[in-house]
Amino acid sequence: MLADAMAPALPQQEKLTKKKLTADHPTWCPGCGDYSVLSSFYKVLERNNLPHENIVAIAGIGCSSRFPYFVNAHGVHFVHGRAVPFATGVSLSRSDIHVFVFGGDGDGYSIGGNHLDHCARKNVNMLYVIMDNQVYGLTKKQTSPTSPVGYKSKTDPAGAIDRPVNPMKKLIANGATFVARTCASNPAHMIDMMERGMKHNGFAVVEVLSECVQFYSNAFDAANPRRGGVFKLIEEKTHDGTSEDENRHDVTDEQAAYKLADQPFPGVFGVFFKVDRPTKNQLEQKWIDSLRAKNDPSDLDILRKTFDRLK
Amino acid sequence: MTEKNISDFTSCAGHADINDLSSITGNLEGQNTARRQQFINDAVIRIAGNSQDGIQAVGGFLARLAGRSAQDVMTYMTIPSTISGGPSIFQVRIGSGEVLSAGDEADFLVAFYQHSYKDHIGFLKKGGTLLYDSDHVQPDFTDKGHFYIGVPMTGLTVEALGGTAKDKGKNIFLLGLLAKIFDLSVPKIEKLMEERFGKKDPSVANNALMAFHAGYAYPVGNVIDLYQFEKTEKKPDARPQVTMDGNQALAYGLIAGGVRYGAAYPITPWTSIMEILRAELPKYGGLFVQCEDELASVAMALGYAFAGHTAVTGSSGPGISLKTEAIGWASMAEIPLLIVNVQRGGPSTGLPTHVEQSDLNQAIFGGHGDSPRVVLAPKTVEDCFYIAIEAARIARQYSTPVFILSDASLATRIEAFEEPDLSILMADPRPDFSPRPAGFKPYTLGQITHHAPPGVKITDGQYPLVTGLEHDELGHPTGNPKLHLAMTAKRRDKLRQLANELPLPEIHGPGEGNILLVGWGSTYGPIREAVDKARSGGDSVSSIHLRHVHPLPVGIETIFEGFNHVFVVEMNDEGVYGYGQLAAILRARYCNPKIQSITKTDGLTYKVREILDRTTVHLNSAFAKR
Ligand SMILES: Cc1ncc(C[n+]2csc(CCOP(=O)(O)OP(=O)(O)O)c2C)c(N)n1
Ligand code: SF4
Ligand SMILES: [Mg+2]
Repeated sequence: MLADAMAPALPQQEKLTKKKLTADHPTWCPGCGDYSVLSSFYKVLERNNLPHENIVAIAGIGCSSRFPYFVNAHGVHFVHGRAVPFATGVSLSRSDIHVFVFGGDGDGYSIGGNHLDHCARKNVNMLYVIMDNQVYGLTKKQTSPTSPVGYKSKTDPAGAIDRPVNPMKKLIANGATFVARTCASNPAHMIDMMERGMKHNGFAVVEVLSECVQFYSNAFDAANPRRGGVFKLIEEKTHDGTSEDENRHDVTDEQAAYKLADQPFPGVFGVFFKVDRPTKNQLEQKWIDSLRAKNDPSDLDILRKTFDRLK
Repeated sequence: MTEKNISDFTSCAGHADINDLSSITGNLEGQNTARRQQFINDAVIRIAGNSQDGIQAVGGFLARLAGRSAQDVMTYMTIPSTISGGPSIFQVRIGSGEVLSAGDEADFLVAFYQHSYKDHIGFLKKGGTLLYDSDHVQPDFTDKGHFYIGVPMTGLTVEALGGTAKDKGKNIFLLGLLAKIFDLSVPKIEKLMEERFGKKDPSVANNALMAFHAGYAYPVGNVIDLYQFEKTEKKPDARPQVTMDGNQALAYGLIAGGVRYGAAYPITPWTSIMEILRAELPKYGGLFVQCEDELASVAMALGYAFAGHTAVTGSSGPGISLKTEAIGWASMAEIPLLIVNVQRGGPSTGLPTHVEQSDLNQAIFGGHGDSPRVVLAPKTVEDCFYIAIEAARIARQYSTPVFILSDASLATRIEAFEEPDLSILMADPRPDFSPRPAGFKPYTLGQITHHAPPGVKITDGQYPLVTGLEHDELGHPTGNPKLHLAMTAKRRDKLRQLANELPLPEIHGPGEGNILLVGWGSTYGPIREAVDKARSGGDSVSSIHLRHVHPLPVGIETIFEGFNHVFVVEMNDEGVYGYGQLAAILRARYCNPKIQSITKTDGLTYKVREILDRTTVHLNSAFAKR
């Protein structure tokens, strides 16, 4: 990163409050799962008291991608499907910034699917929260890449026929280093997942089942105990040497993570996979540092020398 | 080539007995009739071979050498789009005066193979010299128009290097021959070879030197006159020359202009810019990322720009099409961004290694909605450097996307130019992180506004948004008809303001006359040379060259008033309505029926003669219509 390309650190701020973080009143339908994601996000920011000016919320297009308008922080509403590469530009050039990306299943797994793959393998440092409602909400009920087979949408009036994406498997296979799954009906769990994702150094994705009450209501009842479902938690290995621990999930075990991801709907919730791998931020910085060490400190002198070689 | 040069060259060719072929093509050993040395000030040398022969390297050496000797130089090359093999040429024009184009015809043709000879002999001017590898080429001596020198280049190279090297090095052998013929400075060439090969295995450098000296020692002076370039008078305050191709100049111009971050996906002929920036930017603490595609790269570049940096993305034809949506976002969100398009022949994959200027409309209008952006076009390799600096400044000052429209010919040709004075040109790359006062708005109406990058404290705690939705002054979405009207005007008025600040193009030739040629981009040299040629023949022709293609500087119409005919010369199609892309824009803008169009789409740069001929045809038809 540019030596001077960092905003100077400011004195410790007063506590961030929900009031300070609230911006426009959300335009979501009453009852939309995304409200709960928003208030959980406020909680994470409050708890960690991140410097207000260093928070950035970035999104593509969709109902869920409206998110940045509702957060009082530096915000970006970009184009459909490309919030992740945009956020990569911010992350790689500004190590002082906390980069958060929000979006939907269509934005992330369909039009932005290729970017998700590549950002995951590059392990760019950011937290990406995907609000998966298994439908295209903003454009009013078309089949999404996560819609289950048989789901009746306006583009599949006889029921969806294409096999849906398995988000967990896709993310793990592509190299994301923090992969978690949660549900908007369980705020406490959601906060925990987002917080861990935020603290993870690398590309962290939290997939949130977030109900679209308008076009796919009750889609996630099976994961909601208040509606007769079960919210089955992943029990993570604690390495305490007990016999119970042997049956717990090792978050660094890729094969085990795939197995968890293969469970039938509504599946399990928690951290599927978490490993420490050097981030692109670190690797690029290493290469920058090595070249900086070999070259003049002054930009003018570096370019002058380059021109000398062209004489 | 000016008249003086032509006569210089023909006169030297005339000295030898073209009919006495045996003495010329046979073994030269034992002949020692020393020939006269001729002074020349301009020569076009075309080397034709296959792409793996390393003729680009020889051309590169000649160009660098000319640059170091304070001579003007311009090169032209073709590379087959297949990866290996295939015919390829490198043409270098060296002159003691101003070199404006790569030359319409060659004074000297070097042919490595029969196909090289066959394909290019037509390009050799009457009285010009064919230097051929007699191990591979059998010229048609009945054609008496040229001067033939056969040298068994392959055999002699093998002899000089022995065994394993085979004929690898025959390019350097040729360099030796040319050094002898043109009296080029051996120490300077040796130094260049050392710089080029020194880092490699010492045997490589050694072999190169052996091949070079074998070529240099060959007694070619026994059969033809040797030449010497007239010394150029160095201006007392002149800075040394730098020699590079257009992509290098553009990349270094971006760096000088304060660009420290970029992202792109490879595509010919854009790629070498991203390769340079990937290697160079980290030295400056910056970064260039190769992305999965063009959609990601423009998004990433916008991410850097939002983060406060001057950022670049670039591509050629197809890749620019993919970036279009996000460029519209940059217009809407008013984020500065540099987009380089090294144009090639289109549409679709088109002609990947040939030149065309057919992306002008795309640069100006490409995309949905009214999405104003600035379009600049460099006219020479040197200008690639300066225009990049200007583009970066405009992008920052006006918070707008700025296109730089280069092309395949600028990208690959080498020119020498006076080293820029970096001490006054280097822009400060540091973002403005000062806190913004209470009530900060990213989109205040009636003003040129700049967004606040992340990390900037807004003192009243009200944080702004940048967005692609139509918005109010704070960046909040709105469908208010009055606001869409006002914001559309805000974005467009920036360009009007810029147009007022842009300088009018200089007129080459008198400001009044019969014909005005108008060009943009890489056609600068041939157009200017055409004007000079026409004027020396007594015709009343002037030219202007537009570097600022969009918005157009205010007042161009007054230049048109001074002429009876305005011909816009460009390398694209005349379209359904009979006008090339710039011609159509100028006609729409100025409603001036005088504006006519000269276009072509053969994928090759304009020859001076083509421009003159086409102008004459147009004039005649204009008279016929009267
Ligand atoms: C390039 C482009 N194509 C299509 C659209 C239309 N579009 C907007 S949002 C959307 C789908 C959103 O679905 P999802 O990402 O799941 O978000 P949700 O609304 O469900 O939260 C589509 C197709 C667009 N804005 N841009
Ligand atoms: S349409 Fe669905 S996703 Fe969109 S706001 Fe309404 S409930 Fe939420
Ligand atoms: Mg959705």
